[in-house]
Amino acid sequence: MMFAGIYGFFTRRNLLAMLISVELILNSVDINFAVFNRYLFPGELEGFFFALFAIGVSAAETAVAIAIIINIYRNVRNIQVKNLNEMKN
Amino acid sequence: MTLQLIVFIVLALFIAVCSVLAVTTSRILRAATYLLFVLFGTAGIYFQLNYSFLGAVQLLIYAGGITVLYVFSILLTSSQGDKAEKLKNGKMVAGAVSTLAGLAICLFVMLKNEFIPSHFVHGELDVRTIGHALMGMEKYQYILPFEVISVLLLACIVGGILIARKR
Repeated sequence: MMFAGIYGFFTRRNLLAMLISVELILNSVDINFAVFNRYLFPGELEGFFFALFAIGVSAAETAVAIAIIINIYRNVRNIQVKNLNEMKN
Repeated sequence: MTLQLIVFIVLALFIAVCSVLAVTTSRILRAATYLLFVLFGTAGIYFQLNYSFLGAVQLLIYAGGITVLYVFSILLTSSQGDKAEKLKNGKMVAGAVSTLAGLAICLFVMLKNEFIPSHFVHGELDVRTIGHALMGMEKYQYILPFEVISVLLLACIVGGILIARKR
């Protein structure tokens, strides 16, 4: 899943598709933490809480990124990365 | 071949296929739908690990909140019949080759590694333990990240409204 996300981040040009790829990477890492906690460290809860907080933080970051993308769309009317090459128009 | 193994293989194949479809499809609303399936599969893996709280949180926040957010923003920012144009062949091949090389390195390291012996404790992780660990102030307890993440969420709410408001 993580490498599918990395491939998507490299090859997609729509900003929202790149964000979807980042979500795939973050989800794969959360699964990794939870499984390591469950199988190798059964007495402690560090991996569990890391996954929990990572879910929360990625939700917040997705919300802010989508707000920025909507603002870009209002000004430039386009969200393909090859069209976003000027800071001020 | 226990039932646990069969369920895990089914879930893992489902997640892998849906994630590859999510990044290679040309229509972006389909990519959001495949992402929703991936999030459901991930919650299924959490439920299979007996981490019901984490699975429920994953379903609520990711599959319930973030997917709706993505669908809204896709419908707001794309014109009708907008499809991703095909990349030049060279870029797609370069991306695929580098991704497959990374996957090969990762699999090699994982299979060669000797993990410490796994002792699986059966049974559910009860919410009382999670609650005590989340709100406690002892050495391995998590009240400080809890407060910090609440401040972070407040900042993100205020920032999001400020960025995306109508002028």
